[in-house]
Amino acid sequence: MEQDVFVVADNILSPIGKTTAENFDRLSGNVSGVMEHDDPAISSRPFYASIFDKSEAFIEGNQTGFTKFEQLLIASITDALKNTGIAVTDKKTILIISSTKGNISLLETEKNTPELQKRIALSTSAKLVAHHFGFSNTPIIISNACISGVMGIITGARLLQTGQYENAIIAGADVISSFILSGFESFQALSPQVCRPFDKSRDGLNLGEGAGTIILSANKKYTGNIKVLGGAVSNDANHISGPSRTGKELSFAIDQSLKEAGLSPNEIDFISAHGTATPYNDEMEANAINLSGLQSAPLNSLKGYYGHTLGAAGLIESIISIQSLQQDLVLPTPGFKKMGVTKPVNVIAEPLSVKAKRFLKTASGFGGCNAAVIFGK
Amino acid sequence: MLAENHIISSCVIEGGDVFKNGRLLFQNKSADLTGFLLSIYQHFQLNYPKYYKMDNLSKLGWLASEVLLMDNYQKDQYQPEEVGIVLANRNSSLDNDIKYFESAKEIASPSLFVYTLPNIVIGEICIRNNFKGEHGFYIQETFDADFVIVQVNYLLDNNILKACICGWVDVLDQYYKAALFLVEKRQTDSSVPFSAKNINNIFETN
Repeated sequence: MEQDVFVVADNILSPIGKTTAENFDRLSGNVSGVMEHDDPAISSRPFYASIFDKSEAFIEGNQTGFTKFEQLLIASITDALKNTGIAVTDKKTILIISSTKGNISLLETEKNTPELQKRIALSTSAKLVAHHFGFSNTPIIISNACISGVMGIITGARLLQTGQYENAIIAGADVISSFILSGFESFQALSPQVCRPFDKSRDGLNLGEGAGTIILSANKKYTGNIKVLGGAVSNDANHISGPSRTGKELSFAIDQSLKEAGLSPNEIDFISAHGTATPYNDEMEANAINLSGLQSAPLNSLKGYYGHTLGAAGLIESIISIQSLQQDLVLPTPGFKKMGVTKPVNVIAEPLSVKAKRFLKTASGFGGCNAAVIFGK
Repeated sequence: MLAENHIISSCVIEGGDVFKNGRLLFQNKSADLTGFLLSIYQHFQLNYPKYYKMDNLSKLGWLASEVLLMDNYQKDQYQPEEVGIVLANRNSSLDNDIKYFESAKEIASPSLFVYTLPNIVIGEICIRNNFKGEHGFYIQETFDADFVIVQVNYLLDNNILKACICGWVDVLDQYYKAALFLVEKRQTDSSVPFSAKNINNIFETN
């Protein structure tokens, strides 16, 4: 990227912890948020997922008027902004929100009226959140399936390139309700246990809820911070609900990101994969990583800790990986034992102490979408 | 200064009318949305069995892209990775979300669930035309021409794309509107500059 884009601050709000530090510490201690739940409001059968305790409060003071989805965004953005001095009212600061389904759970509990439909709209949530903080610009909202979070980072970095904005606050969240769970269940995509990315016996994904926020800035005073080095998006043009057979398109997005970052494959120190643990996703992803010449780079999937957090996944998993750069510790892939993809990749099953300088984050989703982003020192 | 980009063609579908480059090509004021969309499909003699599986949002966006590209886009003119799509709407996939939710009370259908994401319409257009480039779906309360222009110009000016379909595709119950623009770096006899004024004019006047 011509213009340096620095990571200023971040937050992860998940069932595992309320700050990035809490999350990374607990993951390092091998704590997972995925467990069996029996909640008839979400499913008639017990299911494995990483979801918040029903009694958990996310924001202090008056919570009326905000749904759980909006509270997650507000809490995550509040913590990320803490001590940064970034002025949200500044015309040079933009808020980007990524989510797949936002307030869709309201369909389950409220009567379907035009007012409810307006309340469900992501633009309503974005407006409420922006008003809460006093942002002067209208927020940008991205809803592009499971790559929404990574796309948010790429969109933010590009808007800083244009000079239109100096700071971008990118926040993603999704809430798991029966709407989403029943859909993934109908695809027979849910694992009846804690998911096992890239493993021979992997049998589907776990869903997870949470929020993640990354604050990016082009301000030179952050020189020395970790940077966004490159990013790209591609489409399979193959199938709306199944990934590419070859992985060529994700590989193209990876190659484009490397090109933008001015890096060769051997300069990537580790990969934070999408690794949902569905048979097809992991196979496609391994193909793509091989095509891009990254098969020997240590790789993890964090889905065994968080489940698939949908619109937040790209943010949460990037933030953990940024911590890995800062703490010289790459986290393992819970659930992985035996290589289960045709083209092997270097999945790490144990924590890896390494002075990593750069990592690649990938994501793919329904609609044939793929995204890649590279962060580095 | 960067070279200007150009609107090669446009298609607006709204209120029973189908416009291409400002000209009314087809009209059907008597049908409901599903019937109206099918009458467009039949009028233009399209033949694409996947059409029948799509939800109304994808049908509307797909039909608009067919009319948009008709006579104005040469297949194989660009590499698959050089063509992309940037779309926005107000109601995301809510039209189909409600249908999925109602059906899931009996039995959840994967073929309905897959359309509970707004970017599926992008996937459908990409599959039809083998477009593999950059894309993105954004939610906006009203059409934000300035934002769309910044996104598309970034992709074209940085040589990430050579052609980009952009615009608005929105459906909720019987409300619908599509306004698509084919934007390229090249100029043609009938192209107009890719400016907020021009796309707002095309968006509004029909």
